[in-house]
Amino acid sequence: MSNRRLTSILKFSLLSLMLAFTNSAFADPVKAAFIYIGPTGDHGWTYAHDQGVNHLKDQLGDDVVITRIESVAENSDSERVITSLARKNDIIFTTSFGYMEPTIKVAARYPDVKFEHATGYKRPTDNISTYSARFYEGRHVIGKIAGRMTNTNIIGYIASFPIPEVIRGINSAFLAARSVNPDIQIKIVWVYTWYDPGKEADAARALIAQGADIIMQHTDSTAPMTVAEEEDGVRAFGQASDMSAWGPSAHLTSIINNWGPYYADRVKAVRDGTWTETDTFDGVEEGMVAFAPMENMPDEVMWEAQDTILDLDAGAVHPFTGPINRQDGSVWLAEGETPPMFPDIITMDFYVEGIDSKYPN
Amino acid sequence: MNEGLIIAIIIGISIAAVPLIFAAIGELLVERSGVLNLGVEGMMIVGALAGFVVEFHTGSSFLAVLAALLAGMAIASIFAFLTQILLTNHVATGLALTLFGLGIAAFVGRSYTEENIELISALHIPVLSDLPVIGPLLFSYNPLVYLAFVMVFLVWWFLFKTKQGLILRAIGDNHDAAHAIGHNVVRYRVLAILFGGAMAGIGGAFLSLVQVPIWGEDMTAGRGWIALALVVFSSWQPFKVILGALIFGGITILQLHAQGFDVRISAQYLSMLPYIATIVILVSLRMRDKNKTNRTMPNCLGRIFHSTS
Amino acid sequence: MIRLIPRAQPSKAMIFLSPLLALTLTAVTAFFIFAFILTDIKVSSVFYTLFVEPLIDTYYISELLVKAAPLIMIALGLSIGFRAGVWNIGAEGQYVIGGITGGAVGLYFYNVEGFWLIPLMSLAAILGGMFYAGIAAFLKNKYQVNEILVTLMLTYVAVLFLSAMLQGPMRNPSGFNFPESRPFHDGALLPIIWQGTRLNVGLIIAVILSFVTWLGIKKHLSGLQIKITGSAPRAAKFAGFDDKKTIWFALLISGGVAGLAGLFEVIGPAGQITPGLPQFYGFTAIIVAFMSRLHPIAIIFSALLIALTYIGGENVQIYFNLPSSITNIFQGMLLFYFLACDVLIQYKIVFIKTIRQKL
Repeated sequence: MSNRRLTSILKFSLLSLMLAFTNSAFADPVKAAFIYIGPTGDHGWTYAHDQGVNHLKDQLGDDVVITRIESVAENSDSERVITSLARKNDIIFTTSFGYMEPTIKVAARYPDVKFEHATGYKRPTDNISTYSARFYEGRHVIGKIAGRMTNTNIIGYIASFPIPEVIRGINSAFLAARSVNPDIQIKIVWVYTWYDPGKEADAARALIAQGADIIMQHTDSTAPMTVAEEEDGVRAFGQASDMSAWGPSAHLTSIINNWGPYYADRVKAVRDGTWTETDTFDGVEEGMVAFAPMENMPDEVMWEAQDTILDLDAGAVHPFTGPINRQDGSVWLAEGETPPMFPDIITMDFYVEGIDSKYPN
Repeated sequence: MNEGLIIAIIIGISIAAVPLIFAAIGELLVERSGVLNLGVEGMMIVGALAGFVVEFHTGSSFLAVLAALLAGMAIASIFAFLTQILLTNHVATGLALTLFGLGIAAFVGRSYTEENIELISALHIPVLSDLPVIGPLLFSYNPLVYLAFVMVFLVWWFLFKTKQGLILRAIGDNHDAAHAIGHNVVRYRVLAILFGGAMAGIGGAFLSLVQVPIWGEDMTAGRGWIALALVVFSSWQPFKVILGALIFGGITILQLHAQGFDVRISAQYLSMLPYIATIVILVSLRMRDKNKTNRTMPNCLGRIFHSTS
Repeated sequence: MIRLIPRAQPSKAMIFLSPLLALTLTAVTAFFIFAFILTDIKVSSVFYTLFVEPLIDTYYISELLVKAAPLIMIALGLSIGFRAGVWNIGAEGQYVIGGITGGAVGLYFYNVEGFWLIPLMSLAAILGGMFYAGIAAFLKNKYQVNEILVTLMLTYVAVLFLSAMLQGPMRNPSGFNFPESRPFHDGALLPIIWQGTRLNVGLIIAVILSFVTWLGIKKHLSGLQIKITGSAPRAAKFAGFDDKKTIWFALLISGGVAGLAGLFEVIGPAGQITPGLPQFYGFTAIIVAFMSRLHPIAIIFSALLIALTYIGGENVQIYFNLPSSITNIFQGMLLFYFLACDVLIQYKIVFIKTIRQKL
């Protein structure tokens, strides 16, 4: 290492040290608030956000003061809660799609407060950012594992509500599974809830009874994992957070919604005065979609999954790469083609060819 | 459809129906005594938590179920005190009980969302449980499943075969008259309410100990309300509670299976079926016997009793 | 030994004193609970947030009124039915259906403006709510199917129907296939009566309805309301109505008003139809109705009190990082005390030194 380089590093470190000192000692801490759709104990969507907030706190320490409010319904109450938060905070994260219109309304009234809306698409004022993750990349990885691990060639999929996010996940998992196992079938059950352990368990049992030996879920509770654990030869994937504790012998891996680094970045940006309106849609490459340790599978399957993750990490593969037809047989993507983010991925509202179920409409 | 699938469907239906049977048979006795307790959901969730917590700490399923029973009774005693001693309105007090129960369970249970437990294991009777078809269909359930049916029988037996049952029904139909001939209306009702709490508590524990071995706030997800509706469905006849719970639970499970088999009906509409079918079946039952009016509804249901003497 | 002795006349003083007593008891209990569970927070500041701030901060005052309006409306309709012993437990479903039918008219005339638009939407909402509650009335009258079952079950159906509508015909065409309707244009939104807040004419209509109901009851049902708290609502009948008409009347009124409340939510504070429309108002309104002893004017106050627990509870969560379950516990407790203290209106509490007579 050259001297010059060393000096510059030293200078830089000194500078950042001073900066950090100024910020933490003299500036007020950033007040950041988070509004959650469910209870933090759901072990799914809200839990994952809350883990991200814990990461933020670890990273910024005294530079941030955090407010969290849970179980805020997506109705007219949320506008009041967001307003209450806006009166006392510098940046507010609204972590569910249904907070979109309320976030926009409040943002217009509080131009000095920054807003971050998860999974939304509207940014009418320059104090709103949106962020979400390419979870379908996670589904791509677990789809490959599922295709290899199934003996019955049937994947059971517990789906919540037919929104693009969930549809993308189904299509992605199915295509990946079929790419390694042409005989794969997917059975989809819509439970119309994000969180009802009893109903999710009933759905898992129904799918297993119909021959599924791999359970995927796009709901929030750990119930499907516990059902897989009690049935011989059934494996399952966790959702949003590491659910291995509920299925020591059934758990293959979990897709982890890793919001922590994003939250730390955005709050740091407010602290440093560099926050600007953005639209983030990160995936495996950026670390927003991560995985729990892989287990209960042969090494070859795990290596293949790890390779897939590396490919996604390098941006070398896209879960939706043509040729892909829609369920009705019409062409969606030609050979080698990948879809544009908008509208195809953002608004996805069809099953791909090969999925037998009726699209819920 | 193969044998295994049919057996799985039947077992699935029983799992969905049993919590409803417990909660509904308790509420049935309560309503037979002339008390309308809309707090079933709140009592169930408290039972679900108590069962889970005790199972987690002791590993004893017996103690867990006992705890759920006692917890259900404990919270029901608030209702009993308010409605029977302080003469509050049943409907409002029951709703308040639901709010209170959901709140207290969620608050106390916060640290338990991280935990999981072993499921209560199913019964295994040598020989019998191993019989083909009949074994899994009749002899391999969780003990609580059998208990649910036993409780229905006991409630029927109590109501219609014992003197106390007769008195309880008389109180539900005309508390003033029953009081006039010397029966202690309040004591009967308080005991009925406590029994209702105990049954709702076990029903809740069935969710957290048998259906899924986890605890989560709001995990009853409206089952207490369904149980209330099933009491009405039963026309306050114990055995019809089983019928109602099997229809409701059965259609819930069958619609999940129908989705897996890709029945070409949108899932939203399939999901409505259990609710609509419950109404339609009750109406068709009523259409069949035109002569019988709604005589079985306890006349004093929801009415406040105060002895003046 | 405590005994309750009926009063000859309901105590006028207690009608006003018992709510105060209930509030005091709630506050005392809450104080001990908070003192027990909160280790490093001052209980007094929690109390300030819960009870005082929402009443002195103009923004929260406006929100109190916003939150109370639908509760007032639904509770009014229900109270009429409850007086007649008709148990509409599913106002929540009628509220949702009213939001859908009324909102559908608004979406159909999306690009049209006119003074007639909101009245037409309101009519559709009322009819929608009436139709939905009417199912229960029909089944009760024709087949003796109890309305508790029908209204409760139909609530679940209504919520799923809402979901189906928002996936299908009512979905925002430019909404990226998310299940929400388009936001309504200003012409279809209820006029704001307090600039800078969300308070709209819905509150005025709710208050007017309260007085109309009060006068109506005075005229047609004289003598009835006195009996309400203590004795049998089932015995009560509307003047000149037979059983069947009473059931129709009670359910159509409560369904229609609940439907209108649903629309007012959609074109009021929400501004669009979303899956979050069902928010337990239909059930909370039952509590409001009984807290006010089914009295139309008292309903306004009990609705405000319940709204206070929501808003205060929310802010306690925000300021002190408490879980949301605190609000439920607190509401449950408040109601227990409220209902319990009402016993003093009809009864005197007498302390008797018992000579244990015959047992």
